[in-house]
Parts: sequence; structure tokens; C-alpha cells
Amino acid sequence: MIKFLYLAYAVTWLIHLAYLAVLGQGFKRVKEELRELEEKNR
Amino acid sequence: MLLAVPALLGYAYYLGMYAAPAEASMGDVQRIFYYHVPSAWTAFLCFFANFAASVAYLANRGKRADALAVAAAEVGVVFCSVVLVTGPLWARPVWGIWWTWDARLTSTLILWLIYVSYLLLRKVSTGGQTPVLAAALAVFGFLDVPIVYLSIRFFRTQHPQPVIAGGEGSGLDPMMAKALLVNWLAFLVFAGLVLALRYRLERLRQRVEESRALRAEELPVGSCGLEAQPAVSGRSA
Amino acid sequence: MSAVLQASPEHTMRVPRMSAVLWATLEKDLRLEWRSKDAINSMLFFALLVAVVFSFSFDPTAEESRRIAGGLIWVAFLFAAVVALNQAWARELRHRVLDAYRVSPAPANALFLAKALAGFLFVSVLEALVAPLFMVFYNLRPLGPVWELALVAPLGTWALVVNGTFFAAISLRTRSREVMLPLILFPVSIPALYAMVSATTAIFSGSAAPGYWIKLLGVYDVVFTTVCLLLFETVLNAE
Repeated sequence: MIKFLYLAYAVTWLIHLAYLAVLGQGFKRVKEELRELEEKNR
Repeated sequence: MLLAVPALLGYAYYLGMYAAPAEASMGDVQRIFYYHVPSAWTAFLCFFANFAASVAYLANRGKRADALAVAAAEVGVVFCSVVLVTGPLWARPVWGIWWTWDARLTSTLILWLIYVSYLLLRKVSTGGQTPVLAAALAVFGFLDVPIVYLSIRFFRTQHPQPVIAGGEGSGLDPMMAKALLVNWLAFLVFAGLVLALRYRLERLRQRVEESRALRAEELPVGSCGLEAQPAVSGRSA
Repeated sequence: MSAVLQASPEHTMRVPRMSAVLWATLEKDLRLEWRSKDAINSMLFFALLVAVVFSFSFDPTAEESRRIAGGLIWVAFLFAAVVALNQAWARELRHRVLDAYRVSPAPANALFLAKALAGFLFVSVLEALVAPLFMVFYNLRPLGPVWELALVAPLGTWALVVNGTFFAAISLRTRSREVMLPLILFPVSIPALYAMVSATTAIFSGSAAPGYWIKLLGVYDVVFTTVCLLLFETVLNAE
């Protein structure tokens, strides 16, 4: 029964970390795009 | 400053897991409540922020308002998902069922559906006016919330009554109350951090969009159509 | 120069009155629909399909049928309404009429109301045709005040159609717009759907008073009609 408690906490952090990972990807991509545009403007 | 967040979360976890006393009828499983309830409040705050930002956007078309709107909606959906997952994980051991159409769970599900549909609209909409359309949908969505509560109040409620879960005063052990509030503070601060990150990401994306739009509008050198035509010359435009 | 720039009195633009535009647009929509019967045919077919499929997949007793028919009827009507709503703006798009509306001085709300009223009429006609069918398939003998259905049906239908017409306009510039419309319409409509189903079930089974649900539908209709009217011009210009 207590395993539900641990599962709940684990899943909560899984969800949050997954979203942070998605944000991380997003940042990487946007930084790349900005760099590309910088170079085109040169 | 950044370290303060995990520290606060760690402290909140300790309080919820160990310092607070076990609940009388449910035992330790009840501790899920220290994650479940603050997540619900945080999600709701995020959705309110989305509403405010959407109204602001409709009023002044500021890009910052739009960035805040989409960031708040996403973070809200994340926290709302946590509520919808931890809820059944709590319900199953305690009441033997995964789901029930009780008032709070149902309204949380509806809220989740509304904001997911908002995010979908943002993704799937083409053309530059997406922020306006999404902002309109956001207004509808948020105004729906009180009506959802009105329609659902008569649902059979399996949810623990305010004595335990609502924290609304009566009957909550002081140590439990403390654990609940600290957890809420911790998640609120965490949400603020994630929101700030998402907002920044959106602002960067806006910058990329703007740069692209500007470059697309640049005319090749020499073909400016605004030159005055000489009266006599037969030069074609 | 100034003689050319001065507008002559008989050429000043008059803003058409709201009601004039509304009736003209409404009449045009109804007439076009009457000729082609596009919407009504597909709606009818869908509703019939739902009625038949649900009818033989459950085989309810009289008591059960009174409890489930409310939900099933509104599912059928909801599907039919979505069919109607999906093509609400299609004709306008096809003939680039929306651009003309944006440029004209006619009040945008007149256009919206005309569209919504047309949709409301189509769906109501459909309901009038399909409801008796449901009564027959489910051998329904309502135990509650049947006349109150005459309140529930228009209030519920309006709730779906007013938001649906608005969201159909929003979905115009999306990929797979026919899918987007129900996707954004359903979550927001859930409380109204719940109210109309509850009211209908209460009337059929005679178990509870539908009054609360009817009032809730009224509140929903007022709130969302207002929001639609306030925001439609913005959405129209944003397309």
C-alpha cells in the first residue's frame, strides 16, 4: 500500500523532469536558430 | 538563489514524509496529499495567470503578455497532470478504485482538457494571428471554470472532506498544516522558476520569428517601387 | 483640389443597421441551405446513425432506458451539431465573403448572430425530427414534466451552437480544421452538456426536478453569448 505513495512521488518528479527536458531541447534549438540568423546577417 | 529551490523542495519533502504525523484512518499513503493538493492550487494559479495574460494581450497586443500566456498554460497543464496522476494513485489504495466521477477530480479533468485544447490550438493554428485566437479561447476556458463548479457541486463526493484534504481549518493537525503549506510554497517557487524558463524560451522564439519576418520583407537591392517615375521616360515599373 | 476631396452628401456611407444585416444574412443562409440541404442531410444521417447503433448495442429495460436516453440523445445531437458547425463558415470561405465582411461597415456581430441563429435553426429542426425516433427506439414514456423539454432543448442547443459558431471561426486557420472544432468546443461545453443531459434524464425518469439544470443552462447561455459578441469582431479581423 505504501508503494503507491512512493510511486506517486516518483511519477510527480518524472513529469516535472520530463517537462524540464522538453524545455532544455527547446532552448537548444532556439539558440541554434539564433546563431544561424546571426551568421546570415553578417 | 537557484539552489534555494531544491533545498526548499527537499525540506518540504522531509516534512511531508517524516515530520508530519501519519493520518488516522488512511495511514502513510495519505502523504500523497502533500504533493497532490499544492499541485492543484499551483495549477489553478497558472491558469489564472494565463487568463490575465490573455486579457492583457487582447487589450494591448503586447508580445510579453502572449509569452506569459502560453508559458502559464503549459506549466499549468504540467501541474494539472500531476494532480490527475497522484489522485488515482491515492484513491486506489484508499478506496479501492482508480477513478470516480467526484466533484474535484472531474473538474480538474475538465480544466486539464480545456487547457490542453488551448495548447493544441496554438500548435495547430497557422498564420500570424494565432496569439489573438488563442487568447480568445483562453477567455472562454477560464470563464467556464465557475460554471463547471456550479454544475458539479451535486456530484457524489468521494473526495476527503475539507477536514483532511482542504486544509480549510477545522481538524487539520498543526504539523500537517505546516507540511502542507511548506510544500505549497516549495511548489509555488518551483513553478515560478519553470514559468520564468518557459517565458524566456518563448521570448527567444519570438525574436527568431521577428528576425525571420524582417528578412522575408527585405526587398532585393534596386527594386524599390517607390521611386518617382519621370514624367516623360517610358521606363516600366 | 478641394472640390474633388469634398464628399457629396448623397455619397456618404451609411452604416447599415444591425438588424438589417442580421436578417439579410440569416435569410440568405436559410435560403441557400433550403436549396442544397447539405447540412441537414448529413446531420440527419449522423443523428440517425447514432440512434440506431446505440439502440441495438444496449437493450435496456424501460427503467434503464429512461436513465440513459438523455445522454444518448444529446450525444446524437452533439455530433449532428458539429457537422452543421463545421460547414458554417465553409461557404463564406469558398467565396471569399469574409474579406468583404471585414471591409464593409456592417457590424460584425450581425454576421455572427446570423450564423449562430441559422445553425440553431438547423439543429433544432433536426432535434424535432430525431427525438420522436428516439422515443420509438427506446420505448420511452417520460415520467416527468415533458413540456420542460421545450425549455431544455433550445437552451441546450443554443449553448452548443453559439460557442460552436465562434470556435468554428477560430478554427478556420488551422490545419485539420474539422478536427480542431470539436477538440476546442467539447471541453468548454462540458458543463452545459452535463446540464442538458441531467435535465433531460430528470424529465424522462421523473426522479428529480430539472429546474436547477435549466437555470444553469440559462446562465451558461447568457455568459457565453456575451463573450462571443464581445470577442467576435476581434476574431473576424484576426483571420
